Amino acid sequence: MDLDHSPADDAFRAEARAWLAAHVPADPLPSLETGEGFAAHRAWERTLGAGGWSAVSWPRAYGGRDASLLQWLVFEEEYYAAGAPGRVGQNGISLLAPTLFAHGTEEQRARVLPAMASGETVWAQAWSEPESGSDLASLRSTAVRADGGWLLHGQKTWSSRAAFADRAFGLFRSEPGTPKPHQGLTYLMFPLDAEGVTVRPVGRLDGKPAFAELFLDGVFVPDEDVIGEPGQGWRVAMSTAGNERGLTLRSPGRFTAAADRLAALWREHGDPADTALRDRVADAVIGARAYRLHTWANASRIAEGGALGAESSLNKVFWSELDIALHETALDLLGPLGELADHADEAPAHGGWAEGYTFSLAGPIYAGTNEIQRDIIAERLLGLPKGRR
Amino acid sequence: MRFLPDAEHRELARTLDGLLASADTPGAARAWAAGDHAPGRALWSRLAETGVFALAVPEPYEGMGPLPVELAFSFVELGRHAVPGPVVETVAAAALLDRLGDAGAAAWLPRVAAGKAVLSLCAPEHGGPYALDADAADAVLVVDGDVLRLAEGAGPVQPSADPVRRLARPLGGTVLARGPEVARAAGHAAGVAALATAAQSLGLGLALLDRTVSYIRQRTQFGVAIGSFQAVKHRLADTLVALEFARPLLYGAALALAAGSDAAPREIAAAKVTAGEAAHAAARTALQLHGAVGYTAELDLSLWIRKARPLRDAWGTPAACRARVLAS
Repeated sequence: MDLDHSPADDAFRAEARAWLAAHVPADPLPSLETGEGFAAHRAWERTLGAGGWSAVSWPRAYGGRDASLLQWLVFEEEYYAAGAPGRVGQNGISLLAPTLFAHGTEEQRARVLPAMASGETVWAQAWSEPESGSDLASLRSTAVRADGGWLLHGQKTWSSRAAFADRAFGLFRSEPGTPKPHQGLTYLMFPLDAEGVTVRPVGRLDGKPAFAELFLDGVFVPDEDVIGEPGQGWRVAMSTAGNERGLTLRSPGRFTAAADRLAALWREHGDPADTALRDRVADAVIGARAYRLHTWANASRIAEGGALGAESSLNKVFWSELDIALHETALDLLGPLGELADHADEAPAHGGWAEGYTFSLAGPIYAGTNEIQRDIIAERLLGLPKGRR
Repeated sequence: MRFLPDAEHRELARTLDGLLASADTPGAARAWAAGDHAPGRALWSRLAETGVFALAVPEPYEGMGPLPVELAFSFVELGRHAVPGPVVETVAAAALLDRLGDAGAAAWLPRVAAGKAVLSLCAPEHGGPYALDADAADAVLVVDGDVLRLAEGAGPVQPSADPVRRLARPLGGTVLARGPEVARAAGHAAGVAALATAAQSLGLGLALLDRTVSYIRQRTQFGVAIGSFQAVKHRLADTLVALEFARPLLYGAALALAAGSDAAPREIAAAKVTAGEAAHAAARTALQLHGAVGYTAELDLSLWIRKARPLRDAWGTPAACRARVLAS
């Protein structure tokens, strides 16, 4: 048992740090969830991709640098410590790409991944429907056989990034009337500018059009854009949900960097006599440290051929609650200034806390609500009987 | 990097778990609470045969240590079985005497390693004013500032919230060492004590969760296992989350201590508060989900429930630990 980085990993860290120091924009980009900000973040993805840093763990052939999982964690630490921009390509890189590596064809990988790494194609997800949230398998949007492909009908919602993205991926019912709802689903990729697609941006809690509704009316998808076997979409979508993705959705670097900024804020603005607030700052620092070490343990297991499975639900509950507590503590530290939006003229120079706080509130909801995660923990890790949700 | 238990760590834990599971540890704890130390001392000797105490004693004194990582794995098992006695204080006192050499290392450490000496330790700057189980100890060491004393005796037992923990104020004594090196050694010993207590807390919490899950799966109400109720499930899920994220902090802190890292005191404090709070929360969950039967002293569960809060506060209260985490 050790926590020692190899010389190769240290060299990797040094290389990442030097590149980021030379390339991270000095001023924050406009918000990712606006048209202007989206374009700026896409340009940043291009810069990242040109440097070979947008998807470090991918093979070089697709634009990566064959980095190990541990090196990816190192890169993420450096990325967030450098204050680098949010990743507009995250949906594709953390959700679609692992599925393509596991179930896609070589042709699909060669066609989709390099364009994803360079920011040329930005992907949105199309999972939820108005009547299918946590109970995703009840989804009703359909894929109907057509000559050389499929025709999509139905409505998707809460589609992250869809207001500005190029393409989307999601599940569609291709075989009606199957005995169980998760049977007869197909995993497809489709363009958001295709005929029959209507995108209606939906203002988020922070007012920004961060996600959208998608109305699909006979959208043609060629066979080459089906991932895995038709009818096997549920298995395709879920097979990578627990393993690396459970670890890579939110890397510890994001939280250790935020905790470091919070501790600095405390040293600068904190009242030493306010031990209640001090304790919350300490808890955020400890929580980020715990998540980092826990992730290294998981990465060690995966490196030895182990799998995470239902244990990734522990991560989801932990980081989402840590993120909220951390940001609430920062806002409380700022006192009356905590109310100011980040773009207010008099917003604190440390910036980002207000938007970060609003975003953190979504954490217990997306990627499987924390209620669902707790059910998974109780049933699959503790062995408690299934019950009605 | 390989941040996972090695085969030897798993074997060590398995050995201790097996020994303690078959040794009527709850019976020894109940006898200890009543002032009968014989079963507890017998258990202590059997633990010593596995080498647990030798992990805290260096080779020149017939030990194998100091091995903080192995000590942490061992103390998780001691906590899992709610072992009675000043196990933490004994390994911390060993760390103290080792650092101070002439003050009594040669006299005491070989006996600690062999399980023939039970030590207690009182260091008011790092813990409370009491020595744990002074009436059962072969020696009670007291650190006051930069003075180390061997107490002559102890005052009357002050009952603890955990009846198995018998607290007393050390009395008088002879000076064994004096000087700034005493204060430094005491700081190190307190770190060992906090690490071992954190490990005990983690084991205690895991045992509370295990026992509660077993109960919840067989207890039926309204015609179904109460473990099928979402309110029950989610409380247990949160208990597991808290314990599983305390675990890496514990082993990270043990590695930092083993490496002599400057960050070790902060990392130990982080592990201590996190494991202590997680075990305390596990005790509350265990009590709530057992219902009225959990509120009885007859059920052995009470041995675990009542220990959780004192362990949370021993060798570093949550507030003290959090302050240390932020100290630069």
